[in-house]
Amino acid sequence: MAVWLVRSRTFVHSLSKKMGFLGVYPSRSSWDASFMQYSSSSSAILSLVDNRYGSRPYGFFDNSATRFLVPRFKSTEPERDLDSQHIKEDEEDHDQALDFPGGKVPFTSEMSFISESGDKRVPCYRVLDDNGEPIVSSNFVQVSKEIAVKMYSDMVTLQMMDSIFYEAQRQGRISFYLTTSGEEAINIASAAALSADDLVLPQYREPGVLLWRGFTLQDFANQCFGNKADSGKARQMPIHYVSKNHNYFAVSSPMATQLPQAVGVAYSLKMDGKNACVATYFGDGGSSEGDFHAALNFSAVLEAPVVFICRNNGWAISTPTEEQFRSDGLVVRGRAYGIRSIRVDGNDALAVYSAIHAAREMAVREQRPILVEALTYRVGHHSTSDDSTKYRPLNEIEYWKLTRNPVNRFRKWVEKKGWWSDKDDSELRGSIRKQILQAIQIAEKTEKPPLADMFSDVYDKQPSNLQEQEKLLRETIKRHPQDYPSYVPV
Amino acid sequence: MAATFLSRFGRSLSCISRRGFSTSCDDKLLLPTGKSMNLYSAINQALHTALETDPRAFVFGEDVSFGGVFRCTTGLADRFGKSRVFNTPLCEQGIVGFAIGLAAMGNRAIAEIQFADYIFPAFDQIVNEAAKFRYRSGNQFNCGGLTIRAPYGAVGHGGHYHSQSPEAFFCHVPGIKVVIPRSPRQAKGLLLSCIRDPNPVVFFEPKWLYRLAVEEVPEHDFMLPLSEAEVIREGSDITLVGWGSQLSVMEQACLDAEKEGISCELIDLKTLIPWDKETVESSVRKTGRLLISHEAPVTGGFGAEISASIVERCFLRLEAPVARVCGLDTPFPLVFEPFYMPTKSKMLDAIKTTVNY
Repeated sequence: MAVWLVRSRTFVHSLSKKMGFLGVYPSRSSWDASFMQYSSSSSAILSLVDNRYGSRPYGFFDNSATRFLVPRFKSTEPERDLDSQHIKEDEEDHDQALDFPGGKVPFTSEMSFISESGDKRVPCYRVLDDNGEPIVSSNFVQVSKEIAVKMYSDMVTLQMMDSIFYEAQRQGRISFYLTTSGEEAINIASAAALSADDLVLPQYREPGVLLWRGFTLQDFANQCFGNKADSGKARQMPIHYVSKNHNYFAVSSPMATQLPQAVGVAYSLKMDGKNACVATYFGDGGSSEGDFHAALNFSAVLEAPVVFICRNNGWAISTPTEEQFRSDGLVVRGRAYGIRSIRVDGNDALAVYSAIHAAREMAVREQRPILVEALTYRVGHHSTSDDSTKYRPLNEIEYWKLTRNPVNRFRKWVEKKGWWSDKDDSELRGSIRKQILQAIQIAEKTEKPPLADMFSDVYDKQPSNLQEQEKLLRETIKRHPQDYPSYVPV
Repeated sequence: MAATFLSRFGRSLSCISRRGFSTSCDDKLLLPTGKSMNLYSAINQALHTALETDPRAFVFGEDVSFGGVFRCTTGLADRFGKSRVFNTPLCEQGIVGFAIGLAAMGNRAIAEIQFADYIFPAFDQIVNEAAKFRYRSGNQFNCGGLTIRAPYGAVGHGGHYHSQSPEAFFCHVPGIKVVIPRSPRQAKGLLLSCIRDPNPVVFFEPKWLYRLAVEEVPEHDFMLPLSEAEVIREGSDITLVGWGSQLSVMEQACLDAEKEGISCELIDLKTLIPWDKETVESSVRKTGRLLISHEAPVTGGFGAEISASIVERCFLRLEAPVARVCGLDTPFPLVFEPFYMPTKSKMLDAIKTTVNY
C-alpha cells in the first residue's frame, strides 16, 4: 500500500505533464514527399507516444489527401511514466541501483509484487459512436470521399460474398466456407490504411484485405470451387487464398505460423531499405500459440517493421477468451516484449483505419513492430463445420450483429457526410449480387486442374520418386477409371 | 549447458585418434588448392563462401554471433556485419519461422539450430510451412532459399538431448530435402549446394566429426550434387549403406571384413530425400546383399525405407534378408551409450550372418 501511495503521487505528477499535446502528420499519399522533412525534424508520430517529453512542433501538409488531426492526445501509457518517475525517486532516496543489462535497476526495500492486472482495463480507441457520429474529441485520420465509398462498398461486397458463398456450401456446391461476418471493418479498414506495397501474411479471416487490393469475385469463386483458374492450383481447402500480385501470402490452416514468418519478411524489407512494412493477422486464439510469442519477441529484438493485427473476436471456435488467457486481452502484452501497442474498436472502421495508418507509418519510419488489438466479435459460426449456438447465447450474437454492426455504423457516417444514399445502396447490392452469382456459375463450370498439377511444385523440379509415382498412378487410372473423379483431366 | 558440453566434448576428442576419410570422386578438385582441415572449419569456409558470393545470404541462430558453440560461424559476423550474421532469441520455432519469411523474399536464409535434439519446437514450421510453401501457393511463393543446419548424433557423453539423430522424422515430409555429409570436403561441397538449392533443406552435421575428421578440402567455391549417392568403396559380396558419421564406423567394418575375405561395397547416401535409389539398387543387384546402418532407433528409421524399397526392386536378386544395424529403441542413454550404438563389431557380425545366410 505504501508503494501504491507513492506511485499515485507520481501518477498525478506525470499526468500533468501530458496535457496539451498537438500534432499533425501526413497521409500515406504524401509520405514520400514529406519523408525527408520528417526525418530531419522531430516526429509527430513519435510524439503520439512520447508526448510526456513535451509537445512537438506542428507540421502541416496542404497537399495531403488525408490528414491526421490530433487536437489532444491522451497517453495510453501512464504506467511507463509512473515507473520512470518511481525509479528516479528511489535513486534520489537511496542513491543505489544495480547496473544491469538494459539499464540501471533501482533497489528498493519494499517487497512488492507487480500486480497481475491494471486498475482499469486498457481503453479502446474509437472514432464513431454506435450511431456513426464522430466523437467530438476524437483524433483520427481524415478519409476522402473516394476512399470512404470504396471502404463501404467493399464491406458490403464482403458481406454479400460471405452470405452467398455460405449458402453455396450449404447446397453442397463447395466443400467448406468461413465467413468474416462482424469483422468487415477490420478487414477493409486495415487494408485501406496499408500501402499496396505492404506485404500481408494472413491467418484466414481476412479475405477483405484481398478484396480491397483487387482480387476479383471471380478469383474468390475460383479458389473456393478449386478449378483450374485458382492461382493456388486447387490444392488447398476453400478460403485458403493466395495472390503474389496482391502481396498476399498463402493462407495456412495451422494457427499463428504466419507470425514469425512475417518477421522474416519484414527483416528482408528492412535490409532492402523498402518503404513498406508487413501486416500480419491473427485471432485471440492464435495468441496462445508459441509462434505468437516467438514472433513478437523476434520482431522486437530484430527491430522488424511488422504490424501485428489481432482480431480479438471473443471466440476461438467454442473457446471464449476467459478460457484462452487471463491478461487484459492482447494489448497489454506488447510492452512485455518491448512493443508499442494500441487497442481499437474493431467495429469502428474509422478507428481501425486511423490506428493501422499510424501503426504502419511508425513501423516503416522507425523500423519497429507495432501491435494492434482490435476488439470485435465473430458474428458467424467458426466455419461451415460449426454451429456456434451450441456454446454461446443467441442474444449475444444478435447484439453484435445488430447493435454493434460495423457496416451499418460506417454507412450511417458516409450517409451523414452526404456521400451515400439509399439509392446508391440498392444499386450497389443489386450489382454485387449479380456479379457474385455470375462468378459462382463460371467457377462451377470451369474445369478442374489437370492431374499433373498434383505432382508439380513439391520441389522446383520433379524428383524421380514423384516421376515414378505419377507414372504408376496414370497406369492405375487407366485400369480403374471408375475409381477416379472424371472431372479431373488426366 | 552448451558451453560445458563443448569443453567436455573437446577433452574426449583429444584422446581419440584422428581419422581421415577417403573421398573418391573428383579428386582433381583437391589438387590445386586443397588444404587439410576439420569438419567445422569446412562448414565455416562454406558459410564464408555463401555470404561472400550472395549479398542476400544471412546466417543466424542461437549464439551464432560469437562463432557458435561448435565454432562453425567463427569470424562471420566480423567479416559480413551484424545485420547478415546475428544471434536470435532462444526459440527454435521462431528461428525457422523467421527463416521461412526471410527466404520467401528471395534471400538465402541459413538458420542454425544449436543441436538437432532441439529442432522439434520448429517441427511445425518445417513440416507444415516450409515444406508446403511452394505447393500450397501454386508456385507463387517459395522458401527455397532456406537451409537449416543442425549438429546431430552421438559424441560419447551427450545423453538424451545432445545425441539424437532425428533425420527420419524429416524424411517423411515431401517438399524438403535432408542432407548429411560424412567428411569435411563433403560438408563444404554439400552445404554450398544446399544453400543454393531452390528448395528448403535440412542439413544435419555429424558433430562427432567436427574436430575429429580431417581431410583435404579445396579452398575454392565448389558444390557437390544433391540426391546423388556415392560408392566410396567398391566390393562384391555385400552392399553397406549409411550416411554421416556412421560411415566411419562402417568403413572400419569393411576393413575388418576384408581381412576375413568378405568384399564390402560401401555407399554414402548423402541426400536422404529425395534419395538416390538407383545407385543403391545397382549395387545390390551386383552384390545380392544389403546392410543399412544408422544411429537412430531401428524402428521407423530411414533404414526401413531403404530396405523396403530395395526389396521391392531387387527381391529376386537378394540372397539374404536385408540387415539393419542401428540404434536401439530406447531413448538415447548416457552410461549405456556403448551398448546402444551400432558398433563395428555388431556390424561385422551382421555382415558375416548376411553373407553366410
